[in-house]
Amino acid sequence: MRTGRITQCSIGIIVVLTAASLSFNKANKVTSDRSVSENAFLQVYKVFMSPRCMNCHPAGDVPLQGDDNHLHPQGVKRGADGKGVYALKCANCHQPQNTPGLDMPPGVPDWHLPPADMRMVFQGKTAHELALQIKDPKQNGGKSPQDLIEHMKTDLVKWAWEPGDGRNKPPMSYNEFYNQFKLWIDKGAVVPN
Amino acid sequence: MITLTVNDQSYTVDVEPTMPLLWVLRDVLHLTGTKYGCGMAQCGACTVHLNGEAVRSCVTTVARAVNQKVITIEGLSSNNTHPLQRAWAEEDVPQCGYCQSGQIMSAAVLLRENPNPTDQDIDDAMSGNICRCGTYQRIRKAIHRAASLQKEGGVQ
Amino acid sequence: MSSTTYSRRRFLQTGGTLTGGLLVSFFIPASAKRLGEKAASADVLFVPNAYLSITPDNNIKILLSHVEMGQGVWTTLPMLMAEELDCDWDKISVEHAPPGEPYKHTAYGIQITGGSTSTWSEFDRYRNAGATARALLVQAAAQKLNVPVSAIKTEKGFVIAGDKRISYGELAEAASKLPAPTNVTLKDKKDWQYLGKPMRRLDAKAKTNGAAKFGLDVYFPDMLIAVVAHSPVFGGTVKTFDASAAKAVKGVRDVVKIPTGVAVIADHFWAAKKGRDALKIDWDPGAGKSFDTVSQFQEYKKLAGTKGTPAGKAGAVDEAMPKTTKKIQAEYIFPYLAHATMEPMNCTVKVTGNTCEIWTGTQMPGLDQAAAAKILGFKPEQVTLHTQFLGGGFGRRATPGSDFVSEAVQVAKASGKPIKLVWSREDDMRGGYYRPAFLHQVTIGLGNDGLPAAWQHRIVGQSIVAGTPFEGMIKDGIDATSVEGVNDSPYLESIPNYSIELHSPKTPVSVLWWRSVGHTHTAFVMETLIDELATAAGKDPVAYRRSILKSKRHLGVLELAAEKAGWNNPLPAGQFRGIAVHESFGSFVAQVAEISIDKGQLKVHRVVCAVDCGTAINPEGVRAQMESGIIFGLTAVLYGEITLENGQVKQRNFHDYKILRMNEAPLIEVHILESGEKMGGCGEPGTPPIAPAIANAIFAATGKRVRQLPLKPADLKQA
Repeated sequence: MRTGRITQCSIGIIVVLTAASLSFNKANKVTSDRSVSENAFLQVYKVFMSPRCMNCHPAGDVPLQGDDNHLHPQGVKRGADGKGVYALKCANCHQPQNTPGLDMPPGVPDWHLPPADMRMVFQGKTAHELALQIKDPKQNGGKSPQDLIEHMKTDLVKWAWEPGDGRNKPPMSYNEFYNQFKLWIDKGAVVPN
Repeated sequence: MITLTVNDQSYTVDVEPTMPLLWVLRDVLHLTGTKYGCGMAQCGACTVHLNGEAVRSCVTTVARAVNQKVITIEGLSSNNTHPLQRAWAEEDVPQCGYCQSGQIMSAAVLLRENPNPTDQDIDDAMSGNICRCGTYQRIRKAIHRAASLQKEGGVQ
Repeated sequence: MSSTTYSRRRFLQTGGTLTGGLLVSFFIPASAKRLGEKAASADVLFVPNAYLSITPDNNIKILLSHVEMGQGVWTTLPMLMAEELDCDWDKISVEHAPPGEPYKHTAYGIQITGGSTSTWSEFDRYRNAGATARALLVQAAAQKLNVPVSAIKTEKGFVIAGDKRISYGELAEAASKLPAPTNVTLKDKKDWQYLGKPMRRLDAKAKTNGAAKFGLDVYFPDMLIAVVAHSPVFGGTVKTFDASAAKAVKGVRDVVKIPTGVAVIADHFWAAKKGRDALKIDWDPGAGKSFDTVSQFQEYKKLAGTKGTPAGKAGAVDEAMPKTTKKIQAEYIFPYLAHATMEPMNCTVKVTGNTCEIWTGTQMPGLDQAAAAKILGFKPEQVTLHTQFLGGGFGRRATPGSDFVSEAVQVAKASGKPIKLVWSREDDMRGGYYRPAFLHQVTIGLGNDGLPAAWQHRIVGQSIVAGTPFEGMIKDGIDATSVEGVNDSPYLESIPNYSIELHSPKTPVSVLWWRSVGHTHTAFVMETLIDELATAAGKDPVAYRRSILKSKRHLGVLELAAEKAGWNNPLPAGQFRGIAVHESFGSFVAQVAEISIDKGQLKVHRVVCAVDCGTAINPEGVRAQMESGIIFGLTAVLYGEITLENGQVKQRNFHDYKILRMNEAPLIEVHILESGEKMGGCGEPGTPPIAPAIANAIFAATGKRVRQLPLKPADLKQA
């Protein structure tokens, strides 16, 4: 199983750190990777906390809207699969593409929230909490670090940079975001303090 | 040319693929039971079933409906026999009536997926449909009544 | 109540229909009385075939002088008819009447649905029509069977004499040849079989299967759709425009300039709207471009500091005020409100030679017919108007200037094409005709007894009727719709010194009656102030009102609402209640609102409503209208606000002009107090009390008074 990698990796870091005196050079590289990873997460954290990402990772079961993160009107609910309930399923309004015009429903194929058993809340989370949550297979739907990188390639994630008329984009380009996210994983998926 | 199936009848229409389904239904096929209220999926007056889901036809391009099954209020039942239509009349729900096609189409999905809806379920299903006459309380009662009628075998 | 004989109304002539049925024709009383009110003298006018027809197969068609916009006249007026006609309820069909003399409002003299008047104003006329038809049918049966009239009964569309049973349909032709009776006796209230009983709506079926035709649903071959680009600023005009891109849109057939803008005509709405979006228009915004609602209220505030036109006065406020020991001063602000009917404005027009046909949902078909005729250089009778179901009215479809009908006629005239004018939601939201913005400034001096000894009340807001054909309604400088609810407040009886003054500034923004009109703001001011006085006097709000109100009918509903709400019983922890009582349109309504505030969010749990409309002709309809009025009023409390900047309306659609939804709707209980007093209306009176009842409940929760609507987050925080 690939899901164990982050944990193994973390244990590895701890082992290395406690054994730092054994190899100064090695320890130096680890410290450097650690801070690169941590910094990378702090960069992507800004994106995660931007309305385009956070609004579909709400603390409650109602998606958010707008740069003020207000509750989605219409009483829209997450539903077990994250795709809404009954007559208020996401795809009833959210099309496979953005509907043109100000305040029109944005869209990509399979518009949805995280499912109820993997809520992946961004709203209200510190960088520390969010990083812990994202890398925890128990909370991230059993995703391995590589799976997490793959998730960042989905249309739904990329939508944040093509958010439709009148919506602000996250605070860095998609490529920057992707590279930083990958860097975070590659350099050890360090959880910032 | 675009081919679509509405209320089990096939139509071929000469419209742009990006034209909202609503205007194809209303202005091309003249199925006017589906209403225009806002054009931005805020009010639910234009709700129709696309493969059984309560889509807002004002923001649904006709391209999305190609070769799919569209049901409008006109096709919900023959002769007002759907439990919701019966319940709506029995609870005296409609006032101006303009939003009610959309209300019923939304409620139909609720009842199909949850034959015994609670008040909370009704809120969760129906809050996307605005009624300016404020018939919400009667809609709520009518859905409960329709659930009973459905159990008694009133399903089409 | 005793039965009444209407000898004044003579029914001179009847006539056969083409199919051999009966059409009833008779004199139309120019004014009706309310139940419990003395009959007014009436000029009469003969018009044939006005209200009902009976076909040989015993079907009854009833024509409505009032239009169905949700309030239920499609059912209530037939009830009045059926009660006296004794027909089979299941055999009734209903249609809107065309514009015409017989359908003019019995109290207003023009054809209008408004002012919550339909039921009481038709109470005599429609019962009379039914009774007259029945008398003729009975007479025809008597002749046919050779029995005296006294030997004949009627039942559910049949005449019965001994073991003989003849349908109305079979008798219709013979009846149509008889002279109409000169007077008919109406049933005693105790004998009513339909009136006073809850009857289900006759339009429910058509409104649940897509069959009901609203104005927007009109279609005939060759009809095109028109969408108009309106000036973004009120009063703005087109300087120049370039339609080349618009005309290049597939499906666009024509682009024409009309007085209110530029119309794009196309095969369907989508093409017309895309064409409109592609128009390049250079607007001359005119003087309205500098208007904004923030400075408007600053101006209004200044005006309120100056003396206005007197609208009511007793004693000497100026002398009494300084002598009072305690004062309450309050300033209230109410925004513009859009009607936001679910069906946006629309109108279909077809001009052929020297005739014009119009299809629309309108509250004033006669005025619209005249307006269309004027534009076309026709006589009104050259214009046929087919009233469709109205997808909501609330006053918006009663514009004295016939705005959307005129615009449609202009498009048809300019293009020479049959068109359906369709306003988008954005056009509708920004197209004007709002409940006027108002500011109230009130100073109350309390006497030593804690009761108001002096009350100075200044109201600032646009007149609805000024500059319209209804301007004549302004008396002594006062548009009654600006002050109703204050200058006729029942509390004034108990206030020795008061002065009510009005300022009616003009603005570029077009304004209109909006469900319950002036009462939308006056009830709020009066009922929150009375609550404030109760608090100042250290009294319970209900007990205080009881001590100061003398009006029996106000007290009746106040007590009923309080009792049904369990006013004296504690609520669950965290819940609070408020009460308000207000009369409007002849009906008395009290409401108790139960609320809680959780994390800054207002939740309205339950509203208990008591209504006294005299006699509830259709109690189910009365309940429905109270429910409807409460939701309408609650929407305004929570969300309703139209604001302008640089002369432009900022709101566009339901995302920024929100309407209450199912998950916000409280439980509503309606209790009808059947007083048998003078009849009032029900379409509007449910709206005024809810806002003050909510505000008073918020005070109970927070200790803070709400001075401005809609509610702001700060209103829901503790004092």
